[in-house]
Amino acid sequence: MTEAGKDVATYLARRARWSPFEIAFWVLAFATIWLFPGKYLILTETAILGLFALSLDLILGYAGIISLGHAAFFGLAGYTAGLLAKYELINEPVLALLVSGLAAAALGFVTSFLVLRGSDLTRLMVTLGVALMLGELANRFSNFTGGADGLQGVSIAPIFGVFRFDMFGHNGYVYCLVILFICFLIARRMVYSPFGLSLRSLKGNPLRASAIGIPVNRRLIAIYTVSGGFAGIAGALLTQTTAFCSLDVFSFERSADLLLVLIIGGTGYLYGGLIGAVIYKFLQDWIASLTPQYWQFWIGFALVVIVLIGRERVEGWSAAARASIYRLGKGLGGRSAPDGAAPKGH
Amino acid sequence: MLTILFDGIAYGMLLFVLAAGLSITLGLMNFINLAHGAFAMAGGYCTVILVNRLGVPFALGLPLAFVVTAAIGAVFERALYVHVYARSHLDQVLFTIGLVFMSVAAVDYVMGSSQQFVTIPQALQGQFNVFGIGMSKYRLLICGLLTVGLQLAISKTRFGSRLRAAVDDRRVARGLGINVGAVFAMTFAFGSGLAGLGGALGAEILGLDPTFPLKYMIYFLIVVAVGGTSSIIGPFLASILLGIADVAGKYYAPKLGAFVIYTIMIVVLIWRPQGLFARSASR
Amino acid sequence: MPILQTIGLEKRFGGILATNDVSLSIEKGARHALIGPNGAGKTTVINLLTGVLRPTAGKVILAGSDITALRPHQRVRLGMARTFQINQLFLDLTPLETIGLAVSERLGHGSDWWRLVGSRSEVTEEIAEIIERFRLTDIMHQRTAVLPYGKQRLLEIALAFACRPQVLLLDEPAAGVPDAERQELLATIGELPADVTVLLIEHDMDLVFSFADRISVLVNGGLLLDGTPDEVARDPRVKAVYLGEELDG
Repeated sequence: MTEAGKDVATYLARRARWSPFEIAFWVLAFATIWLFPGKYLILTETAILGLFALSLDLILGYAGIISLGHAAFFGLAGYTAGLLAKYELINEPVLALLVSGLAAAALGFVTSFLVLRGSDLTRLMVTLGVALMLGELANRFSNFTGGADGLQGVSIAPIFGVFRFDMFGHNGYVYCLVILFICFLIARRMVYSPFGLSLRSLKGNPLRASAIGIPVNRRLIAIYTVSGGFAGIAGALLTQTTAFCSLDVFSFERSADLLLVLIIGGTGYLYGGLIGAVIYKFLQDWIASLTPQYWQFWIGFALVVIVLIGRERVEGWSAAARASIYRLGKGLGGRSAPDGAAPKGH
Repeated sequence: MLTILFDGIAYGMLLFVLAAGLSITLGLMNFINLAHGAFAMAGGYCTVILVNRLGVPFALGLPLAFVVTAAIGAVFERALYVHVYARSHLDQVLFTIGLVFMSVAAVDYVMGSSQQFVTIPQALQGQFNVFGIGMSKYRLLICGLLTVGLQLAISKTRFGSRLRAAVDDRRVARGLGINVGAVFAMTFAFGSGLAGLGGALGAEILGLDPTFPLKYMIYFLIVVAVGGTSSIIGPFLASILLGIADVAGKYYAPKLGAFVIYTIMIVVLIWRPQGLFARSASR
Repeated sequence: MPILQTIGLEKRFGGILATNDVSLSIEKGARHALIGPNGAGKTTVINLLTGVLRPTAGKVILAGSDITALRPHQRVRLGMARTFQINQLFLDLTPLETIGLAVSERLGHGSDWWRLVGSRSEVTEEIAEIIERFRLTDIMHQRTAVLPYGKQRLLEIALAFACRPQVLLLDEPAAGVPDAERQELLATIGELPADVTVLLIEHDMDLVFSFADRISVLVNGGLLLDGTPDEVARDPRVKAVYLGEELDG
């Protein structure tokens, strides 16, 4: 190995290493199990939303695909998990989770061919249309799905036969957090791999990517499938932790809110979805206590304002805040600053 | 069956009036305006207020819906949209979704969430019976009014021909030194006004409540995606096709009728991704 | 056997004949230049060779195989790479990442989603070698978007080179490069390995005549002349075409 070659290898290895910020983030995340014992319900929702947003980041932040219907995957797996439990087809929750995720991934694979063709406009139309179509399907076949009333009579067996889904949501939350972490690890490997690098190139300049031998469509199909799978896992987690599934898993509002979550947190660096989910849930909890019915107005307002300010500027502030927290953390000897995932000052 | 055809055509024309503005702004300004349905809703509610509450005659309520909505469109365009023209499609999508949410919530707050009905004048209620085909007078009005009106507006007026030219070849139109800002503003206002007119006319057929922009967003997108943005006849034909298919589907197969449009969407995308009627432009 | 051949290549756009019966024959290791006045259709020829455009008639043959029906990324895999007249780079990636991408892809690791970029020494060695050859070492960790134009142009060529092509198509590599950075660029092009065949489109006659061992002259989509630099320099028709252009333009 030449000196120069070793330098290159070292640099690339260093860039993929876990930063103190990342370690702090996850230490804190798992610490919440003990820090906030009364808040398991909202923490579980946050973890699920974080995974959902992470899945969108994979296609939006890394591959540049705009989707208005990511809820399609969320909902399909949600209903799959619910039906598997209700009709006792698969009793073990983890296995049911995997099967549901696979179902959603299969949907991703099939619809990816439609998403690839045509322009941004057709992509919007297809993604929105698929989600609406599935919602309509769930509505029509109400004898299976419970229609507008939702899927009734779902009971989830204990995880590995041991961990019951208790009333306080403790086991449910730990379950979600562990699944989130595993999915995150997979996504992280992906992002730092040659595959992940090729995705970033596709987003930046698909013409040149093709001109250096990258099979653009194949990569997009692959990431869209994976993204669908992760979104599906999030949806299945929701069904399993609430023992319920209803039509709003397919709603446009869910897909649109997801875009907002990811935009708040920032795209393209994997933590955006997670941070955005925390901020979103925090704000929702706060504003809901003030004006519950008009939450939608404030979401719209937030979207408009963020775009007018400029996402790059918002992302710049977010990056600056992260950098200063990182420095603060380093100053304290590598331990995390008090709230590594707190609102970023905007 | 011919009644269904007639109803489908009327429905399609309505869709066209509603979606035309979206097609034009996308074709001319390369701007995806998902809030388009909100302007339609505004026109609908405007007519409801004028006709139901202020006793304005229906025949006047319609053009007023156009004018008021066009004015709202012009204001929004200059104040807000103009800042987002140069941005990426993602930004445009986020921005206009934000506007939709705000408008839906605002209308819900001000007008309540129930369905609104416009009282149609006596003369337009009921049906004609022509060769055994039942044609509702109201739908006939729509067909007649729109066919004639739009034809005139677009082919006879100077604005219409400038619009056709600009949609046909944006670069040339720009290169001729036309005041681009003014053209954009007028175009946007015109498109919004059309949407408002469609909302007012359509209240009877499509229903009108605060969720209108969200319910019909997919229809507008399909019309524009299927019809293309490089002509005005494209979305027109696409709307008619969709209108007939949707009405026929819901009549002949009520259980699956709603899926007809989604099926069309997928078939068209597989067969002709640039839209059924688009010329092979390199967009 | 020539490494790259076109036989009767033709491209029509509606009523316009952009490429008219172009037959080229390029030997392995050659330094071949394609020149001609503006609008002669040089970039169209490159697009036809690389598969961005499909010809209305004629064939493209690479190392004896007919590649006319192949898509661009397939041609790259067979050994044909190009640069673009206007830089087509990945602005958010660093030169290191950019070259790393091309090398990984070529060595078949492009779809590897588990191992880290840079965990294979064959890859890192090659990245280091290419970075050095194209004089990008001092800026290899900076985002491409902030690099000076001359360095971007070098990266543009390095990227195509990282595909280890048999045939390298350079579309006006010196275009727009400020004088201060030209020498570096010209030297780098001159030092390309002898076994890589280079087809060069250029307006810069200094570069053409110092670099090329054969020159083809394209006028209005058709080949006017194909010969050695001396032959082309002395041919009165070539002078007329260029002088005529200067008088008009």
